[in-house]
Amino acid sequence: MARVGTKAATAATKDLIAARTFATAGMRYANATVTLDAAAPAARVSLRAADRGIGVYSRHLGFELPTTPGATASKGSTHALWLGPDEWLILDTKNANAKLVPTRANAAISATDVSHRNVGFILTGAGAADGLNAACPRDLSLEAFPAKTASRTILGKAEIVLYRTARDAFRVECWRSYVPYVWGLLVNGAQDAHL
Amino acid sequence: MLLIHCPYCEAERPELEFANAGEAHIVRPKDMSQMSDEDFEAMFFIRDNPKGINLERWRHVHGCGRFFNAIRSTVTDKFLKTYKAGEPRPSGDEIAELMK
Ligand SMILES: [Zn+2]
Repeated sequence: MARVGTKAATAATKDLIAARTFATAGMRYANATVTLDAAAPAARVSLRAADRGIGVYSRHLGFELPTTPGATASKGSTHALWLGPDEWLILDTKNANAKLVPTRANAAISATDVSHRNVGFILTGAGAADGLNAACPRDLSLEAFPAKTASRTILGKAEIVLYRTARDAFRVECWRSYVPYVWGLLVNGAQDAHL
Repeated sequence: MLLIHCPYCEAERPELEFANAGEAHIVRPKDMSQMSDEDFEAMFFIRDNPKGINLERWRHVHGCGRFFNAIRSTVTDKFLKTYKAGEPRPSGDEIAELMK
């Protein structure tokens, strides 16, 4: 997807009467302990499956869906995040056009494309957990929330999916209409973490 | 922050992720059309609302999304136990043991 706001994109859209602006275009904040970035457009699927459906979708993905609370599984840029006993968020963070929904319907699973429902933010740095904790009540110590785990939780009043990709790196997924609110809280938290 | 143990996440989570969903173990009627108005009223509206131990439904709404049941004191707000939906109602002896 073209970056809206760059010179090239402006020139290319000059003759159009409307242009789509990406909800998180240009959002970036950094201080000495936390860096916040808007994630690139991604493919996303809300998956509901149980029993036989877990195997059905695992075969589609090419790797096993995680089945323990909070667990994630990844292959390349495709990630499967356990959200509940029969619910996962599937992401392809590099290929926004990834075919995460099987072309053939199968009654054992419900896979819904939600690519445009969510946006992602990337938080990195030694103060990332502290910054999140300004608005997220979860215990983000490495013992309680290790790297490569994920969970649905809240940030202020907004529901988010929090994915700890590494010790000092998080991905925050939120609904796109929450972007100004969530971004405000993340920046505030990052500023506080630096004090 | 009050921490509540979710039996599906198998861990304690902050209360802000949860929502109370009323009294637990209310048996839904098999054929509502055959109920008298009085029986329907009792099933649908009348709740115990005790001072002390209460058996309640909760939902981990901003977490795994699951409904589960809890034994909670309405006086102290202490959760004595949480258990999965569909598991049997704890006996009086079991609750007394938990209160020790
Ligand atoms: Zn849960």
